[in-house]
Amino acid sequence: MLKLVKNIGLMVIIALGGITMAQASGDSAYHLKKNDWPHAGPFGKFDKAALQRGLQVYKEVCAACHSLNMVAFRELTALGYSADEVKAFASEYEFADGVNDDGDVKYRKGLPQDYFPAPFASETEARDSNSGALPPDFSLLGKSREHLSMFTPWNSIYGEDYIVGILTTYHEEAPHGVVLAEGMHFNEAFPGNQIAMAPPISDDLVEYADGTPATMEQIAHDVATFMYWAAEPKMEVRKAMGLKVIIYMSILTILLYFVNKRVWKKVKKGDDLV
Amino acid sequence: MGSSNYEPTSKAAKWFEERLPILGLIHGTLGAGYKAPRNLNYWWNFGSLAGFMLVVQIITGIVLVMHYTPHVDMAFRSVEHIMRDVNYGWLLRYTHANGASMFFVVVYIHILRGMYFGSYKSPREVLWFLGLVIYLLMMATGFMGYVLPWGQMSFWGATVITNLFGAFDFYNGMGESILHLLWGGFSVDNPTLQRFFSLHYLLPFVIVGVVILHIWALHLPGSNNPLGIDAKGPGDKIPFHPYYTAKDAFGLSFFIVILAIFIFYLPNIMGHPDNYIEANPMVTPPHIVPEWYYLPFYTILKAVPDKLLGVVAMFASILIFFVLPWLDGSKIRSAKFRPVTAFFFWLFIANAIFLGYLGTKLPDEIMIHIGGGLDALTLGRIGTILYFAYFIVIVPLVSRMESTKPVPTSIAQSVLDSRKEA
Ligand code: HEC
Ligand code: HEM
Repeated sequence: MLKLVKNIGLMVIIALGGITMAQASGDSAYHLKKNDWPHAGPFGKFDKAALQRGLQVYKEVCAACHSLNMVAFRELTALGYSADEVKAFASEYEFADGVNDDGDVKYRKGLPQDYFPAPFASETEARDSNSGALPPDFSLLGKSREHLSMFTPWNSIYGEDYIVGILTTYHEEAPHGVVLAEGMHFNEAFPGNQIAMAPPISDDLVEYADGTPATMEQIAHDVATFMYWAAEPKMEVRKAMGLKVIIYMSILTILLYFVNKRVWKKVKKGDDLV
Repeated sequence: MGSSNYEPTSKAAKWFEERLPILGLIHGTLGAGYKAPRNLNYWWNFGSLAGFMLVVQIITGIVLVMHYTPHVDMAFRSVEHIMRDVNYGWLLRYTHANGASMFFVVVYIHILRGMYFGSYKSPREVLWFLGLVIYLLMMATGFMGYVLPWGQMSFWGATVITNLFGAFDFYNGMGESILHLLWGGFSVDNPTLQRFFSLHYLLPFVIVGVVILHIWALHLPGSNNPLGIDAKGPGDKIPFHPYYTAKDAFGLSFFIVILAIFIFYLPNIMGHPDNYIEANPMVTPPHIVPEWYYLPFYTILKAVPDKLLGVVAMFASILIFFVLPWLDGSKIRSAKFRPVTAFFFWLFIANAIFLGYLGTKLPDEIMIHIGGGLDALTLGRIGTILYFAYFIVIVPLVSRMESTKPVPTSIAQSVLDSRKEA
């Protein structure tokens, strides 16, 4: 047994040695800042106030360019709104609803079961309005820019940190020697550092309903929280259920350990052979 | 399978057993009727764990299909519908996706266990083949399953992997014909998704069939054991139930805790973030990587400069396991008594892990800063040579030349010996 442990240890050391040697190369000019997120970790829960502020930022700023196709108004109850508040929120939107007898498009007020409408009718329209670039949909952006590393967790890039990075690391002027393409902006977090989106936020861009001072960092933090929720709306239920499953299974495992020990007692020592 | 001297105790069971002797079959396969070596260690738990994972994949898969739509315009959205709207859909999907990864972890350990203790050697060669067939079917199933959510990695992974088969261009247009057959068209598109869906549903049931053959082939010679010697006398064996049912239950329960940590707390760590972007044939991701369980073979593919030879090397790196029973000429099964074999075995694993790690890198990425720097491609080539050298040179020579340690005369004797020591 000891030998086995030694062998496995040796193997892990060889493999890790190779990997860390190899790791030394992974350097980029800019490092993404890591932030503390209340919803991170096994017991993390979303900060509801931040989610509500993030929704406000999305609605007032980002929604002009970015869609949120997979989120329905009804899901907003998760941000702490009541069913009536969600109804009122939805009714601020208008949706096409067939045609009337004259053949004109009819409109109706939004309902909780409707999804956030997209700002542009097609990809072509979206690109035309953004000098050729396509503003990505927000429904899964929080997860699709994440780079999680199992064996070197400190190298992980979390989706929320990346979004904050995009929003807060614009340079007014590109560093010396970097030539920006037409209509591009220099950004530390974006791969390749040239992004088509103009800096979308600044201090006091929004006036928060809850009175929180709207610094650029605060806005970035709030909208990133909201976007992560949009990408992983079942996170809280998932972690809560996980805790129960793991506690239950751990106790069962301990019990089964003793059952197994007891069943094997005689045979293990070879008492049946003498 | 295990023919057993099962005696039904109740009248009803006796009535039934006379008409269909299935209770006796179960008794002789997984019950007290199957006599297993008394010294099996925890590495022997992984067979039952693999069986458990197969059942989990089939059950979660069947329920996923109830909500999934295999069409290029709807597949991505339907998976998100499962994640957001279906009751416990996120649990189903995360269990199925992480379950596939854990299934491979378990099967890799199961295979390596067989390698270390010489379970592939006579008289278990057919059992070994059937295991490898299961593994190949799993690779195909996992690959086609990964295409179903129709994300960027689904699409581009499918494009890269299917294109490999175009290398078999032995006479005019053959490579292209193979590709058209795989795709059902001229590129990865809706017909591809639909045939992959159909096969992804089918193959797990083929696996079930091969698993039954695998267990049948196991019960003829019986399980191997850590000493690698034949279990002969009655003192060498114990009934499967209650001994190994208790041990497997404990192992399974512990395994579920590990599985749950991934499903509930790290559900996306084994996936690729690009698969949360819907497939787009117009945008190639900067870096196409397959699922982690294919990575060592992907590195071997990339290590060979010629396309056809690369594909051949990749397939050979798996198929070579089939001839292992003959490459290994040792009279002793277990590496416990073959210290040089054991050393190279662990080196083989370290090399395979390193090859897997290199699979995630771009070929010209500098990995080790010595002299001009060693890039991933060069290291991948060294690792590939080492990989094949293990099978073609090291195993055949070492197994025939090594001076082995003394082997106990029987399993019971080894138990009695350790009794004296204690
Ligand atoms: C005027 C239109 C516009 C507005 C308003 C806007 N964006 Fe963007 N955004 C874009 C465009 C265009 C891109 C694509 C950039 C590219 O691909 O170079 C983009 C890209 C992004 C990206 C993605 C970077 C990536 O990895 O692909 C993030 C994150 C982002 N925007 C966040 C926001 C947030 C948060 C807001 C609101 C505070 C916002 N944007 C407001 C136009 C806009
Ligand atoms: C050998 C057993 C199986 C393996 C290894 C396997 C593997 C996979 C993998 C890797 C995925 C992609 C998961 C993701 O990233 O989202 C997947 C998806 C899927 N599988 Fe399976 N699978 C198995 C059995 C089954 C069976 C038996 C069914 C149906 C009866 C099934 C139905 C599906 C469906 C509908 C999806 C798409 C939904 C999704 O992506 O989550 N699978 N499978």
